[in-house]
Amino acid sequence: MGKAKTVIEKIWDKHVVHQEEGKPDLLYIDLHLVHEVTSPQAFEGLRLKGRTVRQPNRTFATMDHNVPTIHRNVIKDEISKKQMDQLKINCDEFGVPLAGINHQHQGIVHVIGPELGLTQPGKTIVCGDSHTSTHGAFGALAFGIGTSEVEHVLATQTVWQQKPKTLNVKINGKLGVGITAKDLILAIIGKFGVKFGTGYVIEYTGEAIRNLSMEGRMTICNMSIEAGARAGLVSPDETTIEFLRGRKYAPQGEDFEKAAAEWKQLASDEGATYDAMVEMDAEEIEPQVTWGTNPSMCIPISANIPNPENATSESDKNEIKHALEYMALEADQPISSVPIQHVFIGSCTNSRLADLQRAAEIVGDKKVHPDVRAIVVPGSQTVKTQAEEIGLDRIFIDAGFQWRGAGCSMCLAMNGDIVPPGERCASTSNRNFEGRQGAGAQTHLVSPEMAAAAAIEGYFVDVRKMAVPTA
Amino acid sequence: MEPIRTHTGLVYPLNRANVDTDQIIPKQFLKRISRQGFGEFLFYNWRYDEKDQLRPDFSLNKPKYKNASILVAGDNFGCGSSREHAPWALQDFGFKVIIAPSFADIFYNNCTKNGILPVRLTDEEAQQLITNAESKEYKLTVDLELKKVYDSEGFEASFDLPQYQREMLLNGWDEIAVTLTNADKIDQFEEKHVVYPKTITN
Ligand code: SF4
Repeated sequence: MGKAKTVIEKIWDKHVVHQEEGKPDLLYIDLHLVHEVTSPQAFEGLRLKGRTVRQPNRTFATMDHNVPTIHRNVIKDEISKKQMDQLKINCDEFGVPLAGINHQHQGIVHVIGPELGLTQPGKTIVCGDSHTSTHGAFGALAFGIGTSEVEHVLATQTVWQQKPKTLNVKINGKLGVGITAKDLILAIIGKFGVKFGTGYVIEYTGEAIRNLSMEGRMTICNMSIEAGARAGLVSPDETTIEFLRGRKYAPQGEDFEKAAAEWKQLASDEGATYDAMVEMDAEEIEPQVTWGTNPSMCIPISANIPNPENATSESDKNEIKHALEYMALEADQPISSVPIQHVFIGSCTNSRLADLQRAAEIVGDKKVHPDVRAIVVPGSQTVKTQAEEIGLDRIFIDAGFQWRGAGCSMCLAMNGDIVPPGERCASTSNRNFEGRQGAGAQTHLVSPEMAAAAAIEGYFVDVRKMAVPTA
Repeated sequence: MEPIRTHTGLVYPLNRANVDTDQIIPKQFLKRISRQGFGEFLFYNWRYDEKDQLRPDFSLNKPKYKNASILVAGDNFGCGSSREHAPWALQDFGFKVIIAPSFADIFYNNCTKNGILPVRLTDEEAQQLITNAESKEYKLTVDLELKKVYDSEGFEASFDLPQYQREMLLNGWDEIAVTLTNADKIDQFEEKHVVYPKTITN
């Protein structure tokens, strides 16, 4: 037996193409996902140098950031349209497979990769998008890259990467009833801050993580970047394997069984060591709501908004003040007393079928509060179709939600789905930065259940107090 | 890309921590398909009001910082999205060096791919530079060969960065061309490395 290794080291070691003193490792990339916003300059770079795409079959493109979620083919914004048209031109010219706006597999890049089985344990996965960390849920090493690196991967199928330090985020015990993966990751970031993961790849371990579904693990890994880590992953196990069985691009039949056996071997070895470790108890976690302008500014639903006077440092004090001003909130105000005007259920964090199902359970036969405009944006066309097959669209529409086509939508408000200045949104996305959902928009990050509950009440409420139907 | 060895320039202080890439360049400007012309949209929501008019009270709009080429900011600069439009906007505006106590990983990397030098100093050092630049017209020199930052008044600090990134910046290399000198190694690797699916049928 060799030295006990983490899943991160195992994947790394299998992908090093070249090592040289004084340089990072040259790492092979198994899957390169591409979208319209961060790729045009990369394709243009190839064109200027007369270069080709080395592995079109390890590359997959879709349109998500700009796509309208209503009237799909009426793209009013000329510049958006041009960017989408350009992706089509680039994919045609360089032979890259594309799920364009009318393709049945179109959707948010981090939703469709797993859904199609392109995302698999042990793969190295990159995309010109920081939430590429999502794919880590499968025990893949997946991280975001910039456009120069997109060009580099297109041309060489590799990236230069310093071997990362490893960080074990261990979540002990069980999550309480009604507590979701979103609450867990918000609580982790709330406790340890927005940069505790900088320079590391996180492996999430512990009982609470093992008990999560693949959807839950994707929600957790998705927000690794909000903790500063470029990548976050979970060792593959039976849950992972069962999720992938039968997916379109996963190995089939006997090949699948063989692959599954190898995937299991990837899990971190007993006794493997990490460069750092933090621990947290799942039991202590309540439903979370962010109150400020970064994801660490979050509190349990039962708590009051912080007072800058209680800050431990001058810079914290300034940050809190600044955030309260932007968010138009009062110090010491209970978060449950804050009225909202918008609800967004969607994004690569929380727009999968399971997310929509759980939100729909909270909605039941209740109605959206008259002061609230609420939209549901499925993560992919596949999710949309599946949701409609089981009647989720009816539950939402009957309650007064808008039921949209797939895309990033109000997560970053690039496609025209925006929150107006000075208005407040309960959002299932991952970033509550200033202006993220529109200039002057005030974003509160929550789980799909909490968002659904807020849509109905018009305020943030503890979802555990809403009548949860017994199955 | 342009090599960078030493740079002397005017300092612009941005005394905020966790400046994210949505702040550096908001999403409505990410729709362009070229690399140029992002500078006018830099820090858009801080520099412009709701009517798209310049806010004269925002520091970067003040005439004294007009020619600034070194930005000094607080902790965790460039967090958030991977958009390379952020360094493109900073560069197009005229910034060649960004100094902060810490940077988000992807942003740091993106800077070095574009010939922008990211410099990590300690909290105290960065704070001192911010104080200096807030109180007067303040110039700094950054020397990448010596890995030092200094002014004409006796301030001096050392910084570090990975050797590879230092060389790339010093020489302004085309990284793809460098990598392709290892093309045979990539070929050999691919021969024995199995990836599913073999083809994507779309
Ligand atoms: S849903 Fe939001 S965070 Fe996810 S890829 Fe789209 S814009 Fe980025």
